[in-house]
Amino acid sequence: MNIDWAHFTPWSSLSGGIILGVASALFILMNGRVLGISGILGGLLPPKAGDTFWRLAFLAGMFASPWIFNLLAPTEFITTPQIDADLVMLVIAGLLVGIGTRYGSGCTSGHGVCGLSRMSPRSLVATLSFMAAGFLTVYVVRHLI
Amino acid sequence: MLRVFEFLAGLLFGLGLILSGMTNPAKVLGFLDLFGQWDPSLAFVMGGAILVGIFAFAVAKKRTTNFFGGALHLPKSTHIDKRLVIGSLMFGVGWGLAGFCPGPVLVSMAAGHEKALIFVVAMLVGMMGFEIAERAQSSKKS
Repeated sequence: MNIDWAHFTPWSSLSGGIILGVASALFILMNGRVLGISGILGGLLPPKAGDTFWRLAFLAGMFASPWIFNLLAPTEFITTPQIDADLVMLVIAGLLVGIGTRYGSGCTSGHGVCGLSRMSPRSLVATLSFMAAGFLTVYVVRHLI
Repeated sequence: MLRVFEFLAGLLFGLGLILSGMTNPAKVLGFLDLFGQWDPSLAFVMGGAILVGIFAFAVAKKRTTNFFGGALHLPKSTHIDKRLVIGSLMFGVGWGLAGFCPGPVLVSMAAGHEKALIFVVAMLVGMMGFEIAERAQSSKKS
């Protein structure tokens, strides 16, 4: 195993992670639900009466975040994301993520962050499964094909 | 009513994703590339989030209501089944192919990246397809 020291950002990643934890804490204690993006989004397909507005409020906050980040953050923290996948790959990946997160009842936020925080064995199994699949997929794409 | 907290949680969550590096697919793939040049940063994201989350959920587990007296919906299911594993594996493959998971791709789309928009459309189609298949299944059973 070779560590990629040039791209290693322990401090900003740790700080970002702590902010994710604070957001999840706010959500379970104020809203009373587990903060899981795929669940919040999936609950809008289709929208149900009385169960829609809080989801939209949450998404609005997320949509505002890159703009507010660019306003507040010092320039050295602002990076342009690099998206290498081509169109076909994006569509296949998007479909897999959409179906998979609904079928498996969660993604990196609901199972990963919240599930592991509440020490749910179910979420641990889910997290180990998607991590393993992610590692294996990148291995196949980058080192086998 | 108290939707300002949902907005704030969404905003904070998005800011955390951006600062941590999760909204950059190249960085996510660098983390998933365990057998190449491995960038362990994203393990710190998970670690930081869980560090705070553990306390929040310890508090939540002792309560029957949220801070506003409303219902507290902690997941009740403890059943580990094929759906959970197969769904998570599918998600992991998609994550590894493009480097996007649901939260970061929404943020990236909002920032105006076209490729993120394409991914989000496909993801929503997948979610809707799942919903339709579930309904067909349950109407067959009943």
